[in-house]
Amino acid sequence: MLKPREIAIVGAAETTGLGKIPGMSNIQLHADSALNALKDCGLKVSDIDGIACAGESPTNLAHYLGIVPKYVDGTGVGGCSFMIHVRHAAAAISAGLCTTVLITHGESGSSRIGLNRPAPNPASLAGQFELPYGPFGPPTMFTIPVLRYMKERGLTHEQLANVSVVQREWAAMNPRARFRDPITVEDVLNSRMIAYPFRILQCCLVTDGGGALILTSAERAKDFPTKPVYILGTGESVETPMISQMKDFTSSAAFRVAGPTAMKAAGISHADVDHLMIYDAFAHLPIYGLEDLGFCKPGEAGAFIEARNTAPGGKLPMNTNGGGLSYTHTGMYGMFALQESVRQMRGTAPAQVKGAKVSVCHGVGGMFAASGTIVFTNEA
Amino acid sequence: MLDPKRPKPLPTPETQHFWDGMKRGELLLQRDKDTGEVYFPPRPFVPGTGSTNIEVFKASGKAILYSYVIHANPAPGFTPPYAIAVVQLEEGPRMMTNIVDCPQTPEALVLDMPLELVPTELDDTITLPLFRPAKG
Repeated sequence: MLKPREIAIVGAAETTGLGKIPGMSNIQLHADSALNALKDCGLKVSDIDGIACAGESPTNLAHYLGIVPKYVDGTGVGGCSFMIHVRHAAAAISAGLCTTVLITHGESGSSRIGLNRPAPNPASLAGQFELPYGPFGPPTMFTIPVLRYMKERGLTHEQLANVSVVQREWAAMNPRARFRDPITVEDVLNSRMIAYPFRILQCCLVTDGGGALILTSAERAKDFPTKPVYILGTGESVETPMISQMKDFTSSAAFRVAGPTAMKAAGISHADVDHLMIYDAFAHLPIYGLEDLGFCKPGEAGAFIEARNTAPGGKLPMNTNGGGLSYTHTGMYGMFALQESVRQMRGTAPAQVKGAKVSVCHGVGGMFAASGTIVFTNEA
Repeated sequence: MLDPKRPKPLPTPETQHFWDGMKRGELLLQRDKDTGEVYFPPRPFVPGTGSTNIEVFKASGKAILYSYVIHANPAPGFTPPYAIAVVQLEEGPRMMTNIVDCPQTPEALVLDMPLELVPTELDDTITLPLFRPAKG
């Protein structure tokens, strides 16, 4: 069993540019992140003996960087793949399979240069039992459970809109965020309809970018120039590739495994959490995350956000980079949530939470299909 | 008539009976013969237990509207606005579908409204299980 603080993140960086990067292909976005993360912690490519990535096969990455690693993880379950990579890498280093793991994300989500995105398979269960009814991309699938949630839990359109408003407040403090101008609930509710009840300001950005992390043992981490960010606890799960087959439309079964597993392994209670990232591809995700991870009781998260608990100055700062709604969203945003948790633990975030010691970073993959959660601390 | 540009399912050996049933206008489900538990989508064993003691049976075609979105943008085979719905069948399982003979508006599409099956031909081989507001 992986022990708390046994493994640390020593290198972390995003791509040099963010948003529109027409000069880089998908694989080069991985490499740009990787080289920046190596520079961040003073390592060379040849120091890496384990790799993990999603969106490109680890074979592509290893060849491109010129590495023949001893540890490979190509878990590709969508945007939370990187949380799961962190979990697996920590276990692998602990087990002695390798010493130094590089995890990369790069996605030419907007420019679509060299993007690996397979065509839908008409013989898959989703191809037979969902695609014939016209879902067309995440805005028309991820959002399907929400009207049910609203009816059963009493969430209002205004509360759902407010999620975007609060995250824009955080983005306003972040010079790298794509959207920084303040917005109101009325602005959100009057923005262009995408898929009722979701309007454009409740849907994530589509950008180019990437990020990379480098993990090693806490023992070795002491010798690095960067402040170590220790892994306290981890969790992962998957539920279903079909949104229509999600067991409970008001709660994610994968969230309810990944989140509590990570919190339990970390040995922390909710009151110990100083900073929270919940992957927000759409405005309802922080609501589901807050409830499924136990920060709020079922049905209370909309009001919790409305009461400014997660806003700047609130008791549970959440999505402090501006999130997928306002900071950036390449397609698999999980890496950017991890990067913000690392910055907060290093004390280098643009909207730094003063004195933060514990950060929970919770990711989703597919349309409530998968989940990964990492609990970080900066205390040795 | 459905737009022929609509994505067309490709049956597999495990789902062929379902599409053969739809061709006859029947919605076929599967159930665990030991427990009576009904499941969907089709597979030749009970998910969660692996039991192969199962049977195929004809569903009532009755359902309720469980949740949906109304897509405001065009997609291949679809003209906006159109609702992508999930219905809960009387037998328990849920499935994605479209609601026909009904305005595609939040006012007309009321959660939990009763629905009935409308087998709708996509082409010579595929008939889709669509639903409409129940009559009477």
